[in-house]
Amino acid sequence: MKIAVCVKQVPDATVHKKIDPATKRLDRFGEAALNPTDLNAVEEALRIKEAAGGEVVLVSLGPEKAVESLRKALAMGADRAVLVADEGAAGSDLLGTSRALAGALERVEADLVLFGQASSDGDGAVLWAAVADRLRRPLISQAASLEVGDGTITGKRQTEHGYDVISAPLPAVVAVSDAINEPRYPSLKGIMGAKTKPQETISLGDVGVDAGAAGEAGAKTTVLELGPPPSRGDSVKIEDDGSAAQKILDYVVERRLL
Amino acid sequence: MKFLVFLEHHGDALEKGGLGALGKAAALGEAVGVVLGEGASALAPGAGAFGASKVFASEDPALAPPLPQPRVDALAALVVQESPDAVLFGASVLSADVAAGLAARLEAGLNWDLTDLEVRDGELVGKRPALGDTVMVDVGWTDAPRLALVRSGALDPVESGGGAEVESFEFETSDFSTLATLVEQTQEESTGPSIEDADVIVAGGRGLGAPDKFTLLEELANALGGAVAATRAVVDAGWYPYATQVGQTGKTVSPKLYIAAGISGAIQHKVGMQGSGTIVAINKDPNAPIFDFCDLGVVGDLHEIVPKLTELVRAQRGS
Ligand SMILES: Cc1cc2nc3c(=O)[nH]c(=O)nc-3n(C[C@H](O)[C@H](O)[C@H](O)COP(=O)(O)OP(=O)(O)OC[C@H]3O[C@@H](n4cnc5c(N)ncnc54)[C@H](O)[C@@H]3O)c2cc1C
Ligand SMILES: Nc1ncnc2c1ncn2[C@@H]1O[C@H](COP(=O)(O)O)[C@@H](O)[C@H]1O
Repeated sequence: MKIAVCVKQVPDATVHKKIDPATKRLDRFGEAALNPTDLNAVEEALRIKEAAGGEVVLVSLGPEKAVESLRKALAMGADRAVLVADEGAAGSDLLGTSRALAGALERVEADLVLFGQASSDGDGAVLWAAVADRLRRPLISQAASLEVGDGTITGKRQTEHGYDVISAPLPAVVAVSDAINEPRYPSLKGIMGAKTKPQETISLGDVGVDAGAAGEAGAKTTVLELGPPPSRGDSVKIEDDGSAAQKILDYVVERRLL
Repeated sequence: MKFLVFLEHHGDALEKGGLGALGKAAALGEAVGVVLGEGASALAPGAGAFGASKVFASEDPALAPPLPQPRVDALAALVVQESPDAVLFGASVLSADVAAGLAARLEAGLNWDLTDLEVRDGELVGKRPALGDTVMVDVGWTDAPRLALVRSGALDPVESGGGAEVESFEFETSDFSTLATLVEQTQEESTGPSIEDADVIVAGGRGLGAPDKFTLLEELANALGGAVAATRAVVDAGWYPYATQVGQTGKTVSPKLYIAAGISGAIQHKVGMQGSGTIVAINKDPNAPIFDFCDLGVVGDLHEIVPKLTELVRAQRGS
């Protein structure tokens, strides 16, 4: 079974994320990492491969330096990576991103395409549905558990009313939730081996996307203005030095919450 | 400006998210609703009371299970027929997938997580808190149809009275859109005290480390006379019951005191508890997003702090 996993490079969790007021795009200059919840998708792909055999291919759209983040997933055990890196893709919205990824996924010809729960910068938790529509494949999203059968995949997901169990024939597109598994840590051997695994960096043209159909030119959403967040009351932050419990108690007593 | 508003329903009620978006659409222009699936025709007229001038309904069998792809087929046909300026959705697990699928199908721009919409100089503008709510962004669209997902709980339904004319419409399903099927659906019944009525909530997330660690929170909640709640991550993992989940797909709570232990503070959790009077967070990661919106943030290990706090509360209350 060939499994493609869509993974994204995002600003590292320690970076204070901000939008560049000039370009009105996310500032991507600081420390970067693989989107945390995409690790769950990589882990799930590895588990399916370990049970059924096959190949795990990472697919990503991002700047060239994103290969550094892809290496982490290669170290976990993914077999190879395909990165669509193109100046013309900068400023893509959902339309351009889904078009480029769908194009790359068509080249990979996977039986199963996995997505993570949400990107920590865009936080749309929507991309898979656009990609599934472009690929004309069935979709199961936000799966908290997955089971691969003979030519089918079944996922269980939480909704506002309980749980839905959804089944689809392969090839299919599936997004997993961050509760589905505990991502493994790369072994030393995995880290060493990651450097020599095949990594392809390709352009929008290579995936059949015209200039103008992605990036800012292809975007149909715009950022008009940036403003300060809605104001909120004062907050206090303390570090526990052994007295935090007492400080919490004092705080709630002072506010007559006890 | 003409709006088409997707009105999701569950059982015999229209969901609040869609009705809230409908009210906003009616305030800004002409609001047309659409209800899809079993029971749609019976529920459609009720949308008139929340601002719809007209409601489209379809009970096509492909729409019976609550799955997104046939709904994309239906809405794509309706958008072509009606040419709305904008299509609005209240955020939900189902609606988000419908909106994004529709965006790809129609090559239409989608903005998500909007907390408000306005018309400025004749153009639709969305308000979106982004990057973990650290910046407020005004977003727009280059052309119609403009698709928008409204953050859950952001817009309340407005009851205005009035009736709506109901009309059926035709569409064709795509070959791939009925391949996914619903195998089983479980309704989760809630047992025990409801977290919605509690004055004090002690909530736990994956930082607890193991399901049995919830006893730490139960002891603290007992001492405080409160209830225990959880994040989706631990509910999905089976650590704690679904009925105790707070957030976008769970419950919305507004206790006087909300103590979050081992919770990162994802937006989807925040929308369910930001109305709490006082929020105290305990997290060992100083960069956790929850520190951006709590009142008292404690960087530390919950396994040390929570039991101590329980002892102190007991002593205080005993005295
Ligand atoms: C469409 C959609 C709907 C969603 N709906 C909901 C919803 O309704 N409710 C909800 O909660 N989530 C929801 N989510 C999921 C949400 O995005 C987050 O994934 C989830 O809230 C994370 O749960 P968590 O905080 O328990 O886990 P994590 O994000 O893993 O956070 C655990 C935290 O514990 C801290 N920690 C670890 N050990 C300790 C320790 N010893 N002491 C103190 N702190 C420690 C860590 O630093 C970390 O910050 C939804 C997501 C999507 C995409
Ligand atoms: N640029 C990208 N390249 C590859 N995969 C992506 C990209 N952006 C998002 N994804 C995938 O889509 C999921 C949802 O992203 P989003 O809709 O942006 O929250 C992520 O968890 C990733 O699996």
